[in-house]
Amino acid sequence: MTAAAVDTARKPVSMAQALGRALRDAMADDPAVHVLGEDVGALGGVFRVTDGLAKEFGEDRCTDTPLAEAGILGAAVGMAMYGLRPVVEMQFDAFAYPAFEQLISHVSRMRNRTRGAMPMPITVRVPYGGGIGGVEHHSDSSEAYYMATPGLHVVAPATVADAYGLLRAAIASDDPVIFLEPKRLYWSKADWSPDRPEQVPGIGSAVVRRAGTSATLITYGPSLPVCLEAAQAATAEGWDLEVVDLRSLVPFDEETVCASVRRTGRAVVVHESTGFGGPGGEIAARITERCFHHLEAPVLRVAGFDIPYPPPMLERHHLPGVDRVLDAVARLQWESEWTAGSERGTR
Amino acid sequence: MTVLEQPGSYRPTPPPAWQPRTDPTPLLPDPEPFRLLGTDAAADLDPELLRRLYGQLVRGRRYNTQATALTRQGRLAVYPSSTGQEACEVAAALVLQEQDWLFPSYRDTLAAVARGLDPVQALTLLRGDWHTGYDPHEHRVAPLCTPLATQLPHAVGLAHAARLKGDDVVALAMVGDGGTSEGDFHEALNFAAVWQAPVVFLVQNNGFAISVPLAKQTAAPSLAHKAVGYGMPGRLVDGNDAAAVHQVLSEAMRRARSGGGPTLVEAVTYRIEAHTNADDATRYRTDTEVEMWRAHDPIVLLERELTGRKLLDEAGMEAERQAAERMAADLRERMNQDPVLDPMDLFTHVYAEQTVQLREQADRLRAELAAAEELSPGHQEGTQR
Ligand SMILES: Cc1ncc(C[n+]2csc(CCOP(=O)(O)OP(=O)(O)O)c2C)c(N)n1
Ligand SMILES: [Mg+2]
Repeated sequence: MTAAAVDTARKPVSMAQALGRALRDAMADDPAVHVLGEDVGALGGVFRVTDGLAKEFGEDRCTDTPLAEAGILGAAVGMAMYGLRPVVEMQFDAFAYPAFEQLISHVSRMRNRTRGAMPMPITVRVPYGGGIGGVEHHSDSSEAYYMATPGLHVVAPATVADAYGLLRAAIASDDPVIFLEPKRLYWSKADWSPDRPEQVPGIGSAVVRRAGTSATLITYGPSLPVCLEAAQAATAEGWDLEVVDLRSLVPFDEETVCASVRRTGRAVVVHESTGFGGPGGEIAARITERCFHHLEAPVLRVAGFDIPYPPPMLERHHLPGVDRVLDAVARLQWESEWTAGSERGTR
Repeated sequence: MTVLEQPGSYRPTPPPAWQPRTDPTPLLPDPEPFRLLGTDAAADLDPELLRRLYGQLVRGRRYNTQATALTRQGRLAVYPSSTGQEACEVAAALVLQEQDWLFPSYRDTLAAVARGLDPVQALTLLRGDWHTGYDPHEHRVAPLCTPLATQLPHAVGLAHAARLKGDDVVALAMVGDGGTSEGDFHEALNFAAVWQAPVVFLVQNNGFAISVPLAKQTAAPSLAHKAVGYGMPGRLVDGNDAAAVHQVLSEAMRRARSGGGPTLVEAVTYRIEAHTNADDATRYRTDTEVEMWRAHDPIVLLERELTGRKLLDEAGMEAERQAAERMAADLRERMNQDPVLDPMDLFTHVYAEQTVQLREQADRLRAELAAAEELSPGHQEGTQR
C-alpha cells in the first residue's frame, strides 16, 4: 500500500469500486499484471471499474487497445506466453463473442496442449447479465458457453467482498478465469474496508449465505439478492430456506451444495441464464446423481426463458424474480412429505 | 540422386519475374479529404440537389436534438447522436436507388429515416420496446447493428447474392472508425474485393470510439488507405461537406452498379455529442476540440454556399426550419405515448414454429400475468392486446 496511512474503517463501497481496488492492488503487487481492453484507460471503462489505473500505472500497464476482441484476447495469449498476467476487459457480455475463437481454441486448451508447459494465467472480465435496461446485446448471461469449455474457470461474485477477493484469486490463478461481473450489482454497496479487505474463500468454494432447513436455493451472481429476498419472504409462508451462493461455476463446489441438499431434502436452482442447456441443468443432474436418496422432490430450476434476451421494456417478464422462486418452492411436493412424516421442511 | 546431393551440380534458376497483381496507384486516396463547398468546383453543383441536401440536414439536426431530448425525458433508453455527422447520414440515404440496401449501425438511425423509415419505428431499438422496429424489406434497410462491423459481411453477402441473381442492387454499409479494427471489417472488405461485390463501405471517422481516439485505433496513413491492401479504391472525403460526401458516394455507387467492384470511403467528421447520453466525454476530450469542429458544422458549410450563391434566402431557410419543427413535434407527440407492449411477443418469433418448451413457458407467463391482473387490475401491460 502506498503513502496514505492504512484505513481500516469499513465504509460503503460499491462492487465496481471493489473490483477496481482488486485490479489496483494486483497491479501494485505484481508487475506482470497488465490490464487491457476497450476504453479502460482515460475513461476508466464504461463501468468505471478501471478508473485511475492508467494514471497510476501508466498506459503500458493499463492499455486502451484497438477495438477488436479477438485481437485483445489473442494478444493476451501472447503476453501470457511471455510471462505476463493479462487481465482483459470485455466491454459487455455479448461483445466477448468475437473473442471466442481465441478463448476456445487457445486460452482454454493451451495448458493441456503443451502438457502443462504453457499455462494461461489470463483473467477475462465480463460484465454480464440483465436488469439494467440495456438495449440488444447488452444483457446476455453467457455463462453456459464458458462452462461448456473445459480448461476455463468460471467465477461470478455476488457481494462486494467477493468481488474483491475472487478477482484477486482469479488474477493470481495460473489457469484462465472467466470472471463474470453482474452488471446489475455494480452499484450495490456494502460496508467494506478497502485497505483491509476481508479474506473470502477461494475459487471453487460455495458459501451458505443464509442457513435454513426447509429447502435449498442454489444460485450465483445477480440472482443471489433475489434468492435472499425470496428466503425472507418465504418465512411468512413458514418456509425456512437455505441459500447457497455458488461463487464459482467451474470448479463446482459439489460438497457444499450436496451437504446442504442432504440437510434440506429439496433444492431449487435459480439463474438468469436460459433454462434449456443452462447451468441449472448440470447442477440439478449432479444433485440428483449424488443426493437422490435425500431428495423429497425433484430438483427444480428457475431460469430465464429460452429466448433471446428481451428488449428493456419487456425484460422484467424474463428475469427470475422473487415470485417465481417462491412459486418453485411451493411446488417442491410438500404434501407428500407430510404423508411421509418427515421432520424436514416443517411448514 | 537428387540435385542437392550432387556437389556442384546446383544451378539456381531465377524465379519468374514478380509483377504487382494490381497497380496500387489508382486505388490510393487523395492526400487531403475531398471538398466541394467553398471551392470553385461548387459552382457546377446542381442547385436542386444542394437545396435538397440542406433541407435534409436541417431536419436531420432537429431529429438528433429531439431524440436526445427524449432520452432526458426517459422516452428513449439510449441515443447515440449523429449530431455533426448529418452530412454523412443524409448523403448515404440519398445516393441509394429504390432497390438498393442500406446497412446501418446503431448511430445511423438518421440515415434510416432519411431513407424513408418512419422515425418512431427507427427508434424502436433505442426506446427499448423491441430490437428492430421495422420490416427490413420495406425500405431495404437492414436492422440497426450494434455488434461492431458485423453488418459489413452481411452487406457483402447480400450484394453478392443480388449480383448472382442478375439484379441491379448495390449495398451501402456504414461503420465507425473504431469498427474498422474489428476482424469482420477486414473479412468483409476482402470478400467484397475478391468477389467484386457491388458494395460501398462508408466509414464515418468521427474521431472517437467511445473514448478511444483514432491514433490508438490505427497506424494507417488514413482509414481510406486500408482499401489498397484489399485491392479496392479508397476515397477520403470531408464528412461535413454534404455535397462532397454525396459526390464521392455517388461515384462509388456508380462503380459498384456498373460491375467495378467495391469502394471504401472514409468520411472525416466529428462526434459533437458524447458517445451516447450515458457517456461523459469530459473524461477524454477538451471543449476546444469540440468548438473547432462546431465551426466546421455541416449545416453552416452548406448554408454559406447556398446563401453566397443566392440559392437560398432567409425565407427559404425559415421554411426548412419549420418543416423540421413539424417533424420534431410529430416525433415528440408519438414518442410521448407509451408503446403498446405484449409480453407474449417474447415467445412469438424465436422460431418459425414454437417449440413445446416455449409453448409451456408462454403459458406460464400468461398465467402469471392473469394472476397479477386479478390482484391489481389494469396495472399489467399487454393484457389489453
Ligand atoms: C463487437 C463490439 N465490441 C464492443 C462494442 C461496444 N461499443 C459500442 S460502440 C463502441 C465504439 C464504436 O466506435 P466507432 O466504431 O468509431 O463508432 P461511433 O460510435 O464513433 O459511431 C463500442 C466499443 C460493440 N458494440 N461491439
Ligand atoms: Mg467513431
